[in-house]
Amino acid sequence: MSLLDVRDLSVVFQRRGERPFTAVDKVSFTVEPGQTVGLVGESGCGKSVTSLAIMGLLPKRGNKVGGEVLFDGTDLLKLRPNDMRDRRGREISMIFQDPLSSLNPVIPIGVQVAEVLERHQGRDRKQALREARDLLDAVGIPDPQRRLSEYPHQISGGMRQRALIAIALACKPRLLIADEPTTALDVTIQAQILTLLKQLVDDTGTALVMITHDLGVVAGLCDTVNVLYGGKVVERARRHELFAHARHPYTHGLLNSVPRLDSPRGERLHAIRGSVSDNIPWTEGCAFAPRCDNVVDACLEGPPPLEPTATGGDLRCNNPVSEEVTVR
Amino acid sequence: MSDPITQAGAPTPRSGNDKPGSGDDKPRPGMSERSIGVLGDRKKARLDELARASASDRGGVSLVRDAVRRLRRNPVAIVGASIVGLFILVAIFAPLIAPHDPVQRFDELTKNLTVDSIPGATAGHPFGSDPLGRDFLSRMIYGARQTLFVGVLATLIGLSLGVLIGAIAGAFGGWVDVVLMRLTDVMLALPSLLLAITLVAMASRSSQWTVIFAVAIVSVPIFARLLRGSMLAQRESDHVLAARALGVKERNIVLRHMLPNSLTAVIVQATLTFAVAILDAAALSFLGLGDPDINRAEWGLMLGVDGQRYFEVRPELAYYPALAIIVVALGFTLLGEAMREAIDPKNRR
Repeated sequence: MSLLDVRDLSVVFQRRGERPFTAVDKVSFTVEPGQTVGLVGESGCGKSVTSLAIMGLLPKRGNKVGGEVLFDGTDLLKLRPNDMRDRRGREISMIFQDPLSSLNPVIPIGVQVAEVLERHQGRDRKQALREARDLLDAVGIPDPQRRLSEYPHQISGGMRQRALIAIALACKPRLLIADEPTTALDVTIQAQILTLLKQLVDDTGTALVMITHDLGVVAGLCDTVNVLYGGKVVERARRHELFAHARHPYTHGLLNSVPRLDSPRGERLHAIRGSVSDNIPWTEGCAFAPRCDNVVDACLEGPPPLEPTATGGDLRCNNPVSEEVTVR
Repeated sequence: MSDPITQAGAPTPRSGNDKPGSGDDKPRPGMSERSIGVLGDRKKARLDELARASASDRGGVSLVRDAVRRLRRNPVAIVGASIVGLFILVAIFAPLIAPHDPVQRFDELTKNLTVDSIPGATAGHPFGSDPLGRDFLSRMIYGARQTLFVGVLATLIGLSLGVLIGAIAGAFGGWVDVVLMRLTDVMLALPSLLLAITLVAMASRSSQWTVIFAVAIVSVPIFARLLRGSMLAQRESDHVLAARALGVKERNIVLRHMLPNSLTAVIVQATLTFAVAILDAAALSFLGLGDPDINRAEWGLMLGVDGQRYFEVRPELAYYPALAIIVVALGFTLLGEAMREAIDPKNRR
């Protein structure tokens, strides 16, 4: 059984007097224990909303969540709020994008790590602080004893993200959702944090859902990749398969728009035409059609289904990029 | 212990440190050790000293200490704090400073009292005396005590009630929020002094407590609105979302994450409210709505009774208390404004 089995997850934002907006449209994917799964896409493709829906952290009002989120066989969406709260931080944790604003500015780092241990493991403050020091040490924060009493604004961005990772992994959760964990960091620190994350999930057997728009992150970390567009999964493949033979024109475009050192001089960087807002509703056709180079008549006649591919992935496209074409 | 995270991570700090250019963080012991070979002993000592200095600089600088440091560099804050400090010292040590008992009547000063001859300054009484022969300087000094007492109590009561209401509104939201905020709207719609006068008039018997209570109630809606606003902002903040993602209980999210982060603005407002409270309390006394006890030395009362009545012959009797009220209110306002600036996150470095 999969650790996490998301089935037809939908999130519809509905505000009074406005047309409902479907942010996540029947997204399904699974995460096996210990596996790292990527959710990739541009801003606005629904990747963060997906993660918040899994965690049950969407605002109570103004949205409708449908489908199932089976965690170890239990549908998280059907849990009572208190039961879900007991699982968050203990069985499922989450790391957010901006490490400074994700830490409470008026509480010392050590207490923030200790808080989650007190909450879920019933430790007293003294014991929790001792464990917090070990955790900070484990995520590579130098001089952890001193950091315990320091405030978030006193430590560097990299250290803050390390501290957040320590907090998220404090109770050894079985699933960690990382929502763009390196976006707010310097490139040099990004690599360190990714290495740390990879090492920690490998050693603890924690499954990782990596949400990112950065294909470099995917390349280094993920076993399986789900590419999202307009709130739907458009392509799913094993990492190597995806990078070698991306079938969906969108994935293909994404990979081709990464600048490369070995491209010929003077060649212009490839870009996908238009922007995320240039889409048509999935009910009318393929949302990517207005930006697609491979568009055919069928693309405007209804939503293409998500179909298994020969290489074990899934693909939602009427006219995919030929399997022989490799990404340049 | 078979703690997988700890075990897994144990080698991390070392490998992280040894990589050149992994310069994520502040001075590392490794850096100076590497340089020892090239540097002379004196320079080495100097390096260690610098490393120590920067380390101790950073230790436990809290938000409060950071704000205090910025306050000390601001001349406006210094002026405000000096006035406030002097005022508080005078109030506390009034019995030591005042030359006379504020209620003692010096009959020799009022022997030949007519409307035109309120006793002026003499050797023993530099500010003269009031028409009852009480030393005016001593009454001014004791007046500081009364003003501080009324101001502190009124502000504290207003602050507590306002924080309670604002926190409830901000934490619960929904109809609780709507009802509480409409109530504060009603209170804010009336001019504060008018509301205070109404409250005092409603009391069956006037005393200094009715003044304190009226002034406190008037300040409640400001505190409540301010705190509710920051609470709502905190509710949407990333660190509250992060706390939710860790399964922190709602009660702790409100008490440990939302409330402490919302309080700074309210504390600054308290300083400003203090100035307003002093002015309002003085105004009530001036209008004769204050404490009926004629022995109590109170600036507003002195201004209203002695100053106003004998303004044409002895204007000083109005100037002294009026000036005192203005300067103290100004002191608290300056300090409050400077504090507001000091905690402004835009000024944080």
